Amino acid sequence: MKKFLMATAATALMSGAAFAGGHAKEVKLGILIGFTGPIESLAPAMAAGAELAMKEATDSGLLLDSATVVPIRADTNCIDNGLATSNAERLISEGINGLIGGDCSGVTGAILQNVAIPNGMVMISPSATSPGLTTVEDNDLFFRTAPSDAREGEVMADVLKDRGITSIALTYTNNDYGKGLADAITTAFEAAGGEVTISAAHEDGKGDYSAEVGALASAGGDLLVVAGYLDQGGLGIIQSSLDSGAYDTFGLPGGMIGDSLPANVGADLNGSFGQIAGSGGEGIERLTALAGDAFDATSPYSPESYDAAALFMFAMQAANSTDPADYGPKIMDVANAPGEKIYPGELAKGLQILKDGGEIDYVGGSAVELIGPGESAGSYREIEVKDGKNETVGFR
Amino acid sequence: MDLLNALVALSNFVLIPAIAYGSQLALGALGVTLIYGILRFSNFAHGDTMAFGAMIAVLVTWWMQSVGIGLGPLPTALLALPFAILGCMAFLLLTDRMVYRFYREQKAKPVILVIVSMGVMFITNGLVRFIIGPGDQRFSDGERFIISARDFKAMTGLKEGLAIKTTQGITVVVAVICVALLFWFLNRTRTGKSMRAYSDNEDLALLSGINPERVVMYTWLIVAALATTAGVLYGLDKSYRPFVYFQLLLPIFASAIVGGLGSPLGAIAGGFLIAFSEVLITYAWKKVLVYALPEGIEPTGLAQLLSTDYKFAVSFVILLIVLLFRPTGLFKGQTI
Repeated sequence: MKKFLMATAATALMSGAAFAGGHAKEVKLGILIGFTGPIESLAPAMAAGAELAMKEATDSGLLLDSATVVPIRADTNCIDNGLATSNAERLISEGINGLIGGDCSGVTGAILQNVAIPNGMVMISPSATSPGLTTVEDNDLFFRTAPSDAREGEVMADVLKDRGITSIALTYTNNDYGKGLADAITTAFEAAGGEVTISAAHEDGKGDYSAEVGALASAGGDLLVVAGYLDQGGLGIIQSSLDSGAYDTFGLPGGMIGDSLPANVGADLNGSFGQIAGSGGEGIERLTALAGDAFDATSPYSPESYDAAALFMFAMQAANSTDPADYGPKIMDVANAPGEKIYPGELAKGLQILKDGGEIDYVGGSAVELIGPGESAGSYREIEVKDGKNETVGFR
Repeated sequence: MDLLNALVALSNFVLIPAIAYGSQLALGALGVTLIYGILRFSNFAHGDTMAFGAMIAVLVTWWMQSVGIGLGPLPTALLALPFAILGCMAFLLLTDRMVYRFYREQKAKPVILVIVSMGVMFITNGLVRFIIGPGDQRFSDGERFIISARDFKAMTGLKEGLAIKTTQGITVVVAVICVALLFWFLNRTRTGKSMRAYSDNEDLALLSGINPERVVMYTWLIVAALATTAGVLYGLDKSYRPFVYFQLLLPIFASAIVGGLGSPLGAIAGGFLIAFSEVLITYAWKKVLVYALPEGIEPTGLAQLLSTDYKFAVSFVILLIVLLFRPTGLFKGQTI
């Protein structure tokens, strides 16, 4: 039965390829993200985003003499390094030409060190945000369409400054993400002339945060920035601060943005503000229209996934090769100016320009602009809680 | 200098939370100390017994909320408490019948019973997670505050707010009632006296015709009531999550041992001592000192002795000091 299914699937694939252009050339892109684990709710929209771009390129018939792009999905579990690297090995042995992934910062580093570098495979992660990945030795094989948390620190400092905040108390969840983000916010805010009165860790999963809040209240500050998780200690800190009257306005970085926070805290959260990675404008609108009812293109990291797939295909087209060693150096070229701006749904146009020897500046769904060692400059949605809802009040 | 604001800030962030926390610890420690005094072993399952009792209260509360039974401004959980206590009593008698009685008849050493209680702890642990899940459960309702920080500021015109949560008020009131009832029971009733006699000298008690199984049964019943009450109060005031009760085990044992194992009065004193030390030592005094001291000599730093991460370490250190210098505890309990 299994063999029969495989045979049917293979036939279907081959006939699909035949219809697409009558040419047998195939480009395989691995999609290695956490279909199980802590961000499993985000993974389906991310994979759908990447696959949408691949289908668009295939349908155009313009990529490398009408090649067919075939996605191969595999799981990282977000936090399971063993599973992620063994699945990455599997994808390599299946002959992928590029790897979209990993998703969470820890497994992404593991895949890069253990699989991508030894095999010379190019990786584009749509969602790894750890500042540590900026400086990692990657042989120019690692890119990401998600911004580093260091960038979020600068954005947060700008948001605070624009709102006339001069001093903050800061608490962070006691792990790599929280510590990294807290350091980034402290550095950026102090550079902008602000004062951080206290930077204290909190543990997730405790029943009682009154001691932590007591210390934070004593330090003082215009507001409290909570670099934690909205369903974890972050919620406890906010609840306890409001109960004791220690703070009534909060700064909310990405991990604290979600519908459940205003729902759980209630009206007292109104007026608090923050930011989360995401972009507005033409790119995301076009992508949403393109996705239609198939999936939610505004789901976190879904546009970044579409863009990761698109960057792979443009780079291959520019280099006229599917060999990572050839197309890898082209990724920065197609992502940045100069060149014609390319939005979602215009992949065919971009491929045609590159085929004719022109240049493109891919914008995509997340306003792609790669800086430094190949990571997104990062656009952020500025959020303010109004009437118990997270409202987008601007973009940065 | 502004002593009034200093006092309000101190009450808001230190005194009130510590009194509520201390009451919860004291109720928990009373259960531990009773079991140690009468059954003669350290019951490591106590934290999870609290989680089990509170779990029944949560489930009954949800049911009551769904059919519209409530207490108005008071949390519905108070109405569910008697049912939870009955459920917890049944559970404890069942574990005693199935597990502890066997070892009691063998005249097992206390250390074996301690290990047995750890087994019971893990089973209870799993059972609670199986029934209600490992996550946070919300079951508090009614008025949230007796007085909120905002109202207090508006009322008094002070710069600092004072918040007293309804659950904090209830915790203290219920704890006082429980302790009064317990002491009345132990000192005035026949059963209570027989329990104390059994605790003081088992052989003499047996010779004077006290039925040991009856004493054991009453002990479990009282412990179930105390543990459930402590569990529900803690859950109402903070949050209900099974793992949190497991973490509470350390401060509870520290309270019981500091006060003197087997001494109910000691358990209460120990509970408040531990609670106040944890909060006082990890509190950042800057705000209070800025208000209290004359201008010019107020501190610029946080004036915090230990980071709040070390909260549990404080109970450990107190425990060590007491065991080293006064092994019987403050109130002359038994040595371990």
